[in-house]
Amino acid sequence: RMSCKQASRLISDGMDRPLGRSEQVRLSFHLLLCRNCRHFRQQMQQLRSGIRRARDE
Amino acid sequence: MSASPEQIEAERPWLLRYARAQLQDQAAAEDAVQDALLAALEGRERFAGQASVRTWLTSILRFKLVDTIRRQHREVATDLSEDTDLSDLDGLFDGQGAWQQAVRAWGVPEEGLLAKQFWQVYQQCAQAMPKRTAMVFAMREVMDMEIADICQNLSITATNCSVMLYRARMSLRECLETRWFQQKGAS
Repeated sequence: RMSCKQASRLISDGMDRPLGRSEQVRLSFHLLLCRNCRHFRQQMQQLRSGIRRARDE
Repeated sequence: MSASPEQIEAERPWLLRYARAQLQDQAAAEDAVQDALLAALEGRERFAGQASVRTWLTSILRFKLVDTIRRQHREVATDLSEDTDLSDLDGLFDGQGAWQQAVRAWGVPEEGLLAKQFWQVYQQCAQAMPKRTAMVFAMREVMDMEIADICQNLSITATNCSVMLYRARMSLRECLETRWFQQKGAS
């Protein structure tokens, strides 16, 4: 089973490159079961969109 | 169609803000913007009008910024250990790699992100990071550069690059949570 620590790293990596098939499957399964990591992924998306919106204002 | 000198000069404040986000250094940012504006004035007949003046100027500035970043990168010590050491993140996870504390949804509506304030807080948080880590993060997230281009320009491996981006995101997450989302949530 993937840990939250590993999941957080994969979530970050997934923002910069397409994840491999097995990485994607393992991460998706982890996210189904882990609310903390779902929130973490949302935070990372908000971080990116916040920076881009602020940059383009 | 060409861009007028007035149109070009009018974009200086925006370009300066963009450059400062990359370089964390006011003087270097002003130099890069000045170089970009001079290049734009010399080449303004080449502005085809297919994109906005701002987009055209930003693409010129990006080349100047990458040159500056390359130069700065050479001046920063080549030891990457400070940038790739993840041990300071250990406290976020327990022995099994689970989050020590609940990760809460930031829950701020998108339109609630007051751009100018958010930008200032982001800049403060970025300054707390190791210089090269902040550089890599800005190239990726502010300049939209692909990982391969960042690696090539800074002569670092893709693995080191992804570790630095992970470290930057974790660091910014903590800093923004304290300085931005908690305060906005409370207001």
